[in-house]
Amino acid sequence: MGLEEKAGDMGIVTTSLEAAVNWGRTNAMWPMLFGLACCAIEMMASQASDYDLSRFGMEINRASPRQADLMIVAGRVSRKMAPVVRQLYDQMSDPKWVIAMGDCASCGGVYNNYAIVQGVDEIVPVDVYVAGCPPRPEALIHGIIMLHEKVRREKIGQYKAVDNRKPEAVRLDAEGRTVAMAERR
Amino acid sequence: MALENAAVLERVQARFGQAVLGTGEFRGTLALQLRPDTLPDVAAFLREDPELQYILLANVCGVDYLGREPRFEVVYHFTSLMHNHRIALKVGADEDDPRVPSIAREFPTATFQEREVYDMFGIIFDGHPDLQRILMPEDWDGFPQRKTEPLVYEEVAFTFNHDEIDAQKPYAKE
Repeated sequence: MGLEEKAGDMGIVTTSLEAAVNWGRTNAMWPMLFGLACCAIEMMASQASDYDLSRFGMEINRASPRQADLMIVAGRVSRKMAPVVRQLYDQMSDPKWVIAMGDCASCGGVYNNYAIVQGVDEIVPVDVYVAGCPPRPEALIHGIIMLHEKVRREKIGQYKAVDNRKPEAVRLDAEGRTVAMAERR
Repeated sequence: MALENAAVLERVQARFGQAVLGTGEFRGTLALQLRPDTLPDVAAFLREDPELQYILLANVCGVDYLGREPRFEVVYHFTSLMHNHRIALKVGADEDDPRVPSIAREFPTATFQEREVYDMFGIIFDGHPDLQRILMPEDWDGFPQRKTEPLVYEEVAFTFNHDEIDAQKPYAKE
């Protein structure tokens, strides 16, 4: 069969690189510490001892987008906040995923007015939408597990194709120096 | 010593007879309709007068009476902490050139509140030290609380028009 037969004592398991990498990504996801409204309270509850998100390898939020690879948009995004959300997304390191938590982040919810972005997918690409107003912690955990399943199906080659794009936040000028992202805004 | 609405009205009218265009009372709160140019003087008088002492500016509100003349109105609510008494001052502003004198000099707390009224209704406060938007983004176009602004941001989606609306939505690229 594989290497384990030759090794004899079953101390080695063979698998594909893809499965190993995706397993590592799903079980060590780092959400960003970022709450916008009442949904953030449910997000905190899902990480606390009652619901215990650490069972799925996500026990701690990172306060810096550089150290995070999952953005949970927990709450309504106002039009004044939208550039900030996009900037935080741009600052996260690849590979990165986005969960739109709750009705407001998914489609604007009850706030169909001038102040609120009608769905956070207008400014960042969303992987999983969690319905509810606000969603219960079980619903958020369900959404995160769905994201895990999605990540497990990801092909490394495919992600690389996306990964090779020039990040919108940082551009290189003619001499190869990075151009500040303030230019974009 | 309790203040009576009638006594307050008498005191203001004795000092600013022609400034008061009209009076009203709603649930015990006296409201004075003022000529706009007299507003800072009346506000200063209400604060400084030892019998009144309305030292707290509780609210500055804008109102859009679409179809009425003048279209806009700015309402100031003052509270006298000494006498536990409230009063409202109202001034109108025209639709074409909505201008009201600022009372930021008399009540420094009015700076932010007048900025909010400007942000939402587009009413210009003459003499305001820093009249700019406070809630909406700086590059926002229009004044969202005016009744001529659209009520909803996007059309409400049902099953029969969902696809049509969805096709127009500006989804983010990577």
